[in-house]
Amino acid sequence: MESIVTYSLVLSAVLFTMGVLAVLVRRNPLIMFMGIELMLNAANLAFIAFARHLDKLDGQVIALIFMAVAAAEVAIGLAIIVSIYRFRRDVDVDAVNSLRG
Amino acid sequence: MNVIELIVFFAAVALALVGAVGMVMSRNPVHSALFLIANFFALAVIFLMLSAPVLAALQILVYAGAIMVLFLFVIFFFVQPGQKHAYVYSLPWQAFLSGILVIVLVCVLVAGLYMGGVFAPEEHVQSMAVKAEELTSPQALGSALFSRYLLPFELTSLLLLAAMLGAVVLARREKRSNGEEEG
Repeated sequence: MESIVTYSLVLSAVLFTMGVLAVLVRRNPLIMFMGIELMLNAANLAFIAFARHLDKLDGQVIALIFMAVAAAEVAIGLAIIVSIYRFRRDVDVDAVNSLRG
Repeated sequence: MNVIELIVFFAAVALALVGAVGMVMSRNPVHSALFLIANFFALAVIFLMLSAPVLAALQILVYAGAIMVLFLFVIFFFVQPGQKHAYVYSLPWQAFLSGILVIVLVCVLVAGLYMGGVFAPEEHVQSMAVKAEELTSPQALGSALFSRYLLPFELTSLLLLAAMLGAVVLARREKRSNGEEEG
């Protein structure tokens, strides 16, 4: 396998793990959400690396669709965070346990 | 891969790692967002070297340009500077346990790559120039998107419409009359 593809896949694994770490150890909902973005980007990187390795465009098309899905996810997630922030000043993700304010 | 490509690639890898670590470690959410933007730029460089120029441009436009600006807006609106947080972990030893989990996870991922034969030496290098030609062209990506992948593409547009409506409904300020909440 081409060396650049190998390094990219290892980088993708490490970045995904950093995203998991952000979700696990940080309590700020915005930073946890950034960790989720990082995980999505790591998956995208793996798709593009495999597209290069297999010489197929399919991986790039899937990465493109992932970007749109990530944009939709960010819009909804930030709207939820904003509506929680409006109800309480400081958001502890473990304290938010009821759907209705 | 020649030497200059290798240098640029590893500089991008280092920037991506620094961005990710800084995003996790920094105390200020604005610094986290800026570190994440640096990470996205580095990823765009790597996409470019993996012969995906369209996705590199979209990475900068969509992630650094749109998504992170949205994040920064929310941070600027709702996070006061110098705000003290009273966050408590719900599990005892949560930071320690998640450290162990993260180490196990990265080992599992790299072991999976190893068993999948990712680290096997490269076999056919000479076809790479021909390979990259079709992969890099935006025309090929566009025609794939509008012929073979037309249905997922249209479903994506439907998803974006639904997300837009959902965001408007969720973030709308609720009307209050006489202390009563109306949807």
